[in-house]
Order: sequence, then C-alpha cells, then structure tokens
Amino acid sequence: MTIASSRFDTLSLDGVSRNFGTVIALDSIDLTIRRGEFVALLGPSGCGKSTTLNCIAGLLAITAGQILLDGKRIDMLRPEDRGFGMVFQNYALFPHLTVRQNIGFGLKMRGVPKAETSRRIDEAVRLVRLQGQEAKLPGQLSGGQQQRVAIARAVVIEPPLVLMDEPLSNLDAKLRLEMRAEIRRIHNELDATTIYVTHDQDEALSLADRIVVLKDGVIRQVGTPHELYQTPADRDVAEFMGYRNQMPGVCSACANGRASILTGDRVMSGIARGDLSVGDAAVAIFRPDDLAVSTRQEGGIAATVEAIEYRGREYVGTARTPDGLPLLFRADKPVDAGNSVCLAADPAQVLIFPASGGR
Amino acid sequence: MASSAANATPRQKLAARGLDGVTLLTLPAALLIMLLFIYPFAYGLYLSFAPKAGGWLANYIAFFSDPYLYDTIAATLNISLPVTLVSLILALPIAFRVRLLKRQRLLTTILVIPITLGTVLVAEGLLNYLGPQGWFNRTLLWLGIISHPIRLLHNYWGVFASLLITGFPFTFLLTLSYVSGIDPALEKAAATLGANARRRFLHIFLPLLVPGLAINFCLSFVQNFSVFPSAVLLGAPAGETRVISIAAYQAAFEHFDYSMGSAIAIIMGAVQLAVVVAVLAARRLFYRGSVSGAKG
Repeated sequence: MTIASSRFDTLSLDGVSRNFGTVIALDSIDLTIRRGEFVALLGPSGCGKSTTLNCIAGLLAITAGQILLDGKRIDMLRPEDRGFGMVFQNYALFPHLTVRQNIGFGLKMRGVPKAETSRRIDEAVRLVRLQGQEAKLPGQLSGGQQQRVAIARAVVIEPPLVLMDEPLSNLDAKLRLEMRAEIRRIHNELDATTIYVTHDQDEALSLADRIVVLKDGVIRQVGTPHELYQTPADRDVAEFMGYRNQMPGVCSACANGRASILTGDRVMSGIARGDLSVGDAAVAIFRPDDLAVSTRQEGGIAATVEAIEYRGREYVGTARTPDGLPLLFRADKPVDAGNSVCLAADPAQVLIFPASGGR
Repeated sequence: MASSAANATPRQKLAARGLDGVTLLTLPAALLIMLLFIYPFAYGLYLSFAPKAGGWLANYIAFFSDPYLYDTIAATLNISLPVTLVSLILALPIAFRVRLLKRQRLLTTILVIPITLGTVLVAEGLLNYLGPQGWFNRTLLWLGIISHPIRLLHNYWGVFASLLITGFPFTFLLTLSYVSGIDPALEKAAATLGANARRRFLHIFLPLLVPGLAINFCLSFVQNFSVFPSAVLLGAPAGETRVISIAAYQAAFEHFDYSMGSAIAIIMGAVQLAVVVAVLAARRLFYRGSVSGAKG
C-alpha cells in the first residue's frame, strides 16, 4: 500500500462557534480527534454536524474559537491550503472529467510528477475497486460507483484527515450497507483519520470508534458506540439511540443508582440518570426491544394493541396504555390489533431521567 | 418486442412515436410560423434571385463586385464581434459575483429596464449624454483627464456604446443563469482538493460554462449583427458604421429595388449563420453534459 494518510497527532476544536446572522449554528464546540480515529458526528438535521465538518474543511469561516492541528492554528487557512480530503453528500464529481481525471485532480493541483500521479491513481482505483471504469465520465456510473470515485478522489491526496458529509444518504438501502463496510475497510487499510457526519444512528454505531452527539449546535455526549448505547447522557441522546418509549411520572424512590417512578397507577424501576431526587418529575425511557409482551395480566403495563408490523424475524407493535401513552414493543408472535396485552419492561434496561433538564 | 409491435393498432404505433391527439395542439403555432417566418423567408429568397435586370444571380454579383456594398460585411463584423465579446467578458466576472448575492431580483429588475426601453430611446439618450456638452465629456473635463471634449458620437464608438448598453443585460442574465446552474459543491470539492480560485475557474467553471457561453455568444452576436437604429443615429451611416442593414435599407427603400434589398438580407443571414455554425462547431470540442456533481 503506497497511499497513506499524512502524519499528525491531534486535531483540536477549541470553543469553535459559528453564527448565521442571529442564528447560532455551533455554540462553543470543544473536541479533540486523535490520529487513526473514526469519529462520527451524529445528530438530527440542523444540529450543526455538517456546519462542524465545513468549518474543519475551511468551507465555512468560524465566528469564534480556534481549530488546531498539532497545536498549530489552521482556522485562518483557506480550504485549498488545509489539504483535508472531503467526500460530499452529492459526491460533487466533476462532470466533465473522467474517473481518472477526477481522482487525479488533487494530485494535479499539487504538481505531483506524472509517473507518481499515475501510480497513485492506479492504487486509489484498486482501493475502491473501480478497475476498468477509469475512462468513464461520472454521468455513466451508478450511484455506488460515483461514491467510490468520490472516496478515491479524497484519499489519493493522502490527507491527514478525511471528512465525509453523509456520504451514504443518496444510496439505496442495500448499497448503503455495502458501502458502509467499504468505508470502514478503506479507513483501516489506509490507517486514515476520518470524521463522518450522519443522522443515522446505525451507521454511527457500526462505523465509528467514537461518536459525538450534537443537538442545537451543542455537543451532548462523546463516547464509544457502546457507551452511548448503554448509558446515554440525556434524554435527547437516549431518544437518538433508540430509546423510543417514554413514560412520564414522579420519582418515588432513588438510591444506589437505582430509581423508581410512579407513572399513572404503575411503579416502574430502572437505572437513575442525571440529577434525580424523590418527588421530582421524572421520565422512564426504554427501547422497544426491552419491552416484552406477556399474557399475564399483572406485573406489567396494561395496554391495547393498535397496530402490528411484520419485520421478517419479529413483529413490532404499537400499543396504548389506558392513560393514553403510546408504547412500541417487540413480539415474536403476532398480536391482533385491539387485543389487551401486558407489557413488561426489563428493569435493567429502563433509564429514569429528571423530566426537566437534558433538553 | 417485434411480436408486440406487429399486433399494435395504428393508433398505438403513432403514440409510440409521440404522436397523439395532443400533438394537434401544435398546429396553430406551426401555422403561424409558416405564415410569419417561412413564407416571408422563402419569398425573400425567391425575390433575391429575380433581379430587375440581368441573370438570376445578378444581385449577388452586383453586391460582391461593389466594395461600397461588400465592405458593409466587414464593417458590421467589425462592430458586432467586439461588442459581443466585450459584453461576454464583462458579464462573466459580474455574474460570478452576483451569484453569491441574496438580492439578485432587485439587480435583475434594474438590468431588465434597458431591454424594455428599446434601442431608439437609448440612442437618443446617449446622443445627449456622450455629446461634446454632455455629462460624460463634462465630467472628464472637470476631472482634468481630458483638455477638450472627445468625439464619441457619429463614429464607431457611439454605436459600440449603444450596442453594449442595450445588449449587455441580455448577455448578463443569460450568463448568470449558466453560472448559477453549476453545482456549488463542485467548487467546494475543487477547493478541498487544493485548487485556488484561479484554478477552480480554469479547470472547473470554464470548461462547464463554454457550451452555455457559446450559445450566449451566438444569440447576442445575431442581435448585434443586425444593428440598424443606433448605427444611423449614433454612428456614421455613410462611413465607418455603414452596416449591412443600412445597405439593405437603401437598396429597398431609397432605390426601390426590393430584389436587391432581399439579396442583401439573404447575404446578411448567411454571414450570421456562418458565424453561428462556426461557434457551435467549436463548442463540440468541449464537454456538453449535465453540469451538476450529483448522480444522474
């Protein structure tokens, strides 16, 4: 392998802010990325994740703070002088240039000698498995192939950092899974450092070494996929990590990291999160996966099934409690809509957050 | 495919070629074009080959043997080509700046006004403005740039200015639409790959713009080549701005030789066609597909 990422140790964002007029898109972001990491910026649309990426690339100026590469400020540099490779959501391939010319564009701009350019393009083409397509124009390629060209074009310049802005969102579901694996393979093979923007938690969980969850221009949590999935810092992160059921109530007991919540006429127990004390308004949240259907009528949440969807290996249902709370649950066997069921939440998987705060 | 085509009804066969009831709606337009364009053109062509005296080519022989007539081709090209080029070259950087503006609509409105005023009004205005006592000369005198008024009227530069002013908005708006049609992500991609502004223009924008600029050139050239009012009002219609339309006008309405007038008009059309064909042929050398960076 001759294409390799350039050496650097850390990229630091230090109080980076970006305003659009009076709108604050990024509010004092602090983040350090180490060499070789695959970091996913995750969040709903408008959370500031693409803004962060564009600020790092130099396509957007920051309004406060600084960006440091190994301690040297780079936020004043123009994008062409930063030398980061970027993969765009719509690929942004040059339509008038062939695959080969597209991939070689960055090398040409750098004045790399002809022979080396040619060798590195060949290498990049092999890396993204596009042999035989070199003479085609982007318009003659499929979406997945275009994506590969975009990746090859970004990594062939051997950038210290590869920036990817929702690169899979224009692909169909099957191709998305395939390219996801490809992106991780390329990252590993090049020993690259990648910052990957996505709104898809599955993508972030499966690709990243570290996930940064953003909301409203603020970092909510940074952690490994496992940390985020098991111990989300607040309700928004939890919601984003698939904790889709929420039952509000009042905290009735709280000790040793465990808590109980009185919601309606039920008491649920779970893991206490955040600053919680007895008598506070609280909310119990848990995943559909951790809500089992039982036929017994006691010890669970009574609810009426509203709809049931077949998902291949399992069923996913929507139910409503007598006090009107919607609940998503998973079942191995179909349950007819209209039936009364008893849903049992696994106390080891229920998180109890204070109702205020975290938002 | 072949078997299904074999048992298709005639109506289905026509529909497969895009011909159905709706096609009839194009009839009025087709008729109008026949009456207002094809018939006059054919009649003019016929007329040009039916001279007052001599053989069927007599008009053309007369035109190309009299320098007073054939020199008008060079005189017209001499004005129309530079004006077209200058307005394109001016329009391009302005369009690049304007595409980033938020209030494009206001600017477009201001620019459309000269188009609606028409060439005659603009020519009348320039007659005062560029005259020896006009604001232009007075400002230059006041600034001390010149010591006596420069002559800008009844010569080449008067016509040049007038054509540029009336033609520019059209050229600009067309250029702007081509420039804004290019996916902004392409420029960003080129920047992250290390291309500075000059190289982004040369390697990305320019090749993608060439086909549009060629069309733009053709359209404004054809307009400029048929210059008449400003050549008469602001130029030297007997001298350096004796353009070909003046020659046609004189033949038809001063010598009452409609046949000769038609022949000159046909020659005028042929010259325009030759330039347009040459430009469009050159355009073939460039990429002409979609200008977006997204997947098709």
